[in-house]
Amino acid sequence: MMIERFEEITTEEQTAVAEHDHTVKVCVAAGCLSSQSDQVLDALKNGVGEHRGCHVKGVGCMGLCSQGPLVAVESKTGAKSGSVMYQNVKAEDAPDIIQSLGKKPVARLELKTNVPFFQRQTKIVLENCGEIDPERIEEYIAVEGYQGLLTAVTELSPIEVIDEIVRSGLRGRGGGGYPTGLKWTTVAKMDGPTKYVICNADEGDPGAFMDRSVLESDPHRVLEGMAIAGYAVGATEGYIYVRGEYPLAVERLKIAIRQANRLGVLGSKVCGTTFDFNVHIRLGAGAFVCGEETALIASIEGKRGTPRPRPPYPAEYGLWGKPTLINNVETFANVPAIVRKGGAWYAGIGTEKSKGTKVFALAGSIQNTGLIEVPMGMSLREIIFEIGGGVPNGNCKAVQTGGPSGGCIPADYFDTPVDYESLKALGSIMGSGGMIIMDDSSSMVDVARYFMEFCMTESCGKCVPCRVGTVHMHTLLNKIYKGEARRHDLETLEKLCDLVMNTSLCGLGQTAPNPVLSTLRYFRHEYMDLLVDGAEDGRGATAVDAQLLEAQS
Amino acid sequence: MVSNTRKLEPPSDDKRWRIVVGTMRRNGFARHSLIETLHTVQESFGFLDEESLHYVAESLRVPLSQVYGVSTFYHLFSLKPAGKHTCVTCTGTACYIKGAPQLLAAIADKHGINPEETTEDGNLSLLTARCVGSCGLGPVAVVDGEVVGKLTPDELLARLQEVMDHHDD
Repeated sequence: MMIERFEEITTEEQTAVAEHDHTVKVCVAAGCLSSQSDQVLDALKNGVGEHRGCHVKGVGCMGLCSQGPLVAVESKTGAKSGSVMYQNVKAEDAPDIIQSLGKKPVARLELKTNVPFFQRQTKIVLENCGEIDPERIEEYIAVEGYQGLLTAVTELSPIEVIDEIVRSGLRGRGGGGYPTGLKWTTVAKMDGPTKYVICNADEGDPGAFMDRSVLESDPHRVLEGMAIAGYAVGATEGYIYVRGEYPLAVERLKIAIRQANRLGVLGSKVCGTTFDFNVHIRLGAGAFVCGEETALIASIEGKRGTPRPRPPYPAEYGLWGKPTLINNVETFANVPAIVRKGGAWYAGIGTEKSKGTKVFALAGSIQNTGLIEVPMGMSLREIIFEIGGGVPNGNCKAVQTGGPSGGCIPADYFDTPVDYESLKALGSIMGSGGMIIMDDSSSMVDVARYFMEFCMTESCGKCVPCRVGTVHMHTLLNKIYKGEARRHDLETLEKLCDLVMNTSLCGLGQTAPNPVLSTLRYFRHEYMDLLVDGAEDGRGATAVDAQLLEAQS
Repeated sequence: MVSNTRKLEPPSDDKRWRIVVGTMRRNGFARHSLIETLHTVQESFGFLDEESLHYVAESLRVPLSQVYGVSTFYHLFSLKPAGKHTCVTCTGTACYIKGAPQLLAAIADKHGINPEETTEDGNLSLLTARCVGSCGLGPVAVVDGEVVGKLTPDELLARLQEVMDHHDD
């Protein structure tokens, strides 16, 4: 029986932990790895060597990526029991850290953990990140991993599982915010023996790295979520579509799938029942548009990743024409906890319409760059100034959410609660969770131009409004930024925004004007200042002023 | 899902073709394994040449036009050989704000290459990535597969010089 096997593993793990007085955890997710945390891990492992009672292991992301490599020490005995975190650790620091075990922590490396960054978070998706070794299924099981799946397949009917998801109020975390329960219900209702579950891990939004961190730090959680989904909608095959730029995430997923198959929690006869579920990995090859569900399906089928008109939606006609459920990594990562603790528990977190928590990637001009998870409804101010620690130099000007499909929210609106509806009302979107903070030195026109350049190069070329429209909008933005444009150019730009937004085939084109529209809405003066005939009195704009000044001097 | 177990002879007896055949076999020579197969070719040979496109098309029974279409659609596939060393500069939003354009300008200045170009001596290729996901360390570059973060233009140039000198020894 699977449940006994789980208990056995849990006991083994707990005994192993109990034998050690100290556990040293080194972050080996991509952020810290790029600052050579692997060398720190090796140095600590070698240093500890025969030191009994100390266990060194690699773990996933601890969140504060900018201060990496991060090391956490948990001690049960000694003068300083409890946990200590170290930042910017180098391999040379290993002896000092080992020396300090059970004594006073190494002061020069210590990272204060009694700060809002660590205290104000609510972790559901990231609960195991930075705690368990992502390459060992045993550790995941010891923290109640695969319990949700076991409960689902042995005690609940597929309909009961879906009911639980509906009750939780979970909405798609890829950006759209479509109710997950409703999506599952639609796919479950479709006839036919063959259905598919797809996990969208094509995190193309530049500046967002939530999915990457989850896959690298806790891959089993995503697999468990997919398997539960498969059981609920009646699918036996699952695909994870991962960006080709994330080799480490792919590697850890492969290991996780292999371990799960061996243990019998995936593959044929999941947990000893009659339910089969096989997971395959598909590698993306660097196309942003493949984050769009129909383009992603085309890509899995081995074709160019171009979207097609919807309806029919993938729920009806998806992968190889079969009913297909597509959810984002973070959505699936929420599922195990919901099944384990109940939909009502999840619905108790967050706001009325946006339940649960959301993972955000803080980047740009901010003190604490990294990964955070907060309940929905927290204000932008709390996220940026309390958890994020504010802007290092200068004033915070705006925050960009939702990547190339989102918008810029100016500092005046930072008291807005973060939920799907509020952000939409401000002309931005929740998006997948990237938050780029900008200070005074950022020109909003430049930001709009940057995103337009992105959409222009990433447009797949299938529909004309997006393929041609983005090029024209980019040309106009360039012209404005260089100070060569006039008022009628701005008018043309606004007309084009409207056209592209309303006539493009897929989400990429429909949302491409968002960065322009939102910066125009809140920072119109920056555009006007750059126009040749921008100022109200018809006087020349800054660019012309500069030229005049230069000519006079 | 038409499967085809008929094995075509690889274009040459280069051992790397075995890895490519392995990928196709693992997928039952199914047409939908085209992207997977191209990934393997690119990993094994560094780029996709005409010969390999023909071979993959015939082995998987996919029209050559589709193979060409797919290999030009996705950014990760390259139809040209890369230089001996590669520098992938991240141009994601976080890196852009933290100074990625300056990094690109510095390389253009010193080595005379723009993104997606290779120096004339074939020593260095400059590529850009949309986001390598290490936003906390921006601006980031991946030099010969190794991620280096929090870069200034001078640091990046020094780093590039280092890998190029090291290899030439």
